[in-house]
Parts: sequence; structure tokens; C-alpha cells
Amino acid sequence: MSFNQFSESFLDVCLSLALLFLCAALILTVVRIWKGPTLPDRVLGLDVLTSSAIGFIAVIGIDTGFTLYVDIAIAVGLVGFLATISFARFILARGDTERSPVASEPDEVIGLEAEETR
Amino acid sequence: MSGIGNILAGLFVVMGAGFALVAAIGILRLPDFYTRIHAASKAGTVGSVLALVALAIVSVETAEILRAIAAIVFFFLTAPISAHLLGKAAYSAGYHMWEGSVLDEMPNGPSLPRERRRRLEAAAAADDGATAMDPVAPAEPERPS
Repeated sequence: MSFNQFSESFLDVCLSLALLFLCAALILTVVRIWKGPTLPDRVLGLDVLTSSAIGFIAVIGIDTGFTLYVDIAIAVGLVGFLATISFARFILARGDTERSPVASEPDEVIGLEAEETR
Repeated sequence: MSGIGNILAGLFVVMGAGFALVAAIGILRLPDFYTRIHAASKAGTVGSVLALVALAIVSVETAEILRAIAAIVFFFLTAPISAHLLGKAAYSAGYHMWEGSVLDEMPNGPSLPRERRRRLEAAAAADDGATAMDPVAPAEPERPS
């Protein structure tokens, strides 16, 4: 009985500590998304944000005892995976527009496209 | 049984949140996109998976436990795929590595973008490949001013 009470209070303390850690992780990830010098950095920040949100959902599910939150975690993970993949396809199709020599010389790109269509 | 389960779940939850915090610190502190992928894909995935393991320990119904295990398997399957695809897309799009990187295994390999490889080949044909092997500063073509 005493051991059960100790374990429940221990779980409460651990859940509060985990929520604190996850809040710090979310804030640091948002700082990276805000600062991120390139587009892939921001996409990676969104990926970390998704996994931190899954951790948050699991901790809230343990805390409230409402374990139906696992379905929401699965849905969030699926959406994050598909978003990352579509962003990766977008980066691959768009190319590096921040520092690339291709985008900084538009006349030559037009010349190359004219060569391709010839 | 419930007491030991509670203590195990608390330990797993704190470990998962710590891994998520390590992933966030890693993507904030590491110098390069290609090094930040390591922190994000490995530590972030382990963080969320450990929290789900704790939820599977605490829950009493078998359906909930199986659902949590299915979520864990799903995250372990999808995280390397998305990280690899993102890294390959960034490298193929031409994002540069950090200056302190010691090895670029494909400096002019098959994953270069089309225009850059064509420019490198044109420069190699022009002056016998003297400047074509430099991946950071691609050779500028001769342009009459």
C-alpha cells in the first residue's frame, strides 16, 4: 500500500518533469525554425516538432488515463511523415534558391532551357 | 504490479522527454543541416517512442497496448525514410556542407543537379579539368563583357 502510494507520487513527479523537458524541446525547436538559414533546416524543425508533439500526447495520455490519445499520436505521426516527404520532394524539385549559382544567373538558366527545348 | 509499472513508466517518460530535449538542443547547436539530421532523426524518434512505451506499460487493456506497439513500429519504420529522403533532396538540390566537414563522398557524383553537372563537364572540356573538380565554387564559364 505504501509502495503503491510512493509509485503514484513518483509517476506524478516524472510526468511533470517530462512535460517541462518537452516544453523546453518545443521552444528550442521553434527557435531553430525561426532562425533556420535554409528551407531544409525548417523542414527538419517541423519533423522534430512532430515527434515532440507525439511525446506530449503520450505524456498527456498517461496523465489523464485516457489512452485513446494513442490514435491521435498515430495520426499526427502519419501526417508528419507525409509532410516531410512532400517537403523533401518540393526541395528536390525547386533546388537551392538561397546560395545556388544556378538561381543567381537567370539568363544562363534560360539559355540552358532553350538548349533543352531545341 | 501496478507500483512497479508506475515506476517503470515514470522512468521511461523522463528518458523519452530527455531524448526529445537532446534532439532539440542538437538541431539548435549543430553547425550544419547534414549534422542536424542525425540529432533530429535518431534522438527525436527515440524520444517519442519511449513515451509511447511508457503509455503501453501504464495502460491496462490489450487493445491499447497493441495500438501503442503498432505506433512504435510505425515510427521506427518511417523516421529513417523521411530523414534519408530529406537529406538526399537537400544534397541533390545543392545545399553546401559545413566548412569543417572532412569528407564529401560525391563531389561531382550522380546526385548533382543537372545544370551544375553540365557546367562542370563544360568547364572540364574547356580547360582539361583543371577547375572542374572543385565542388564548392563551380567554374564560371567564359563570358564576353
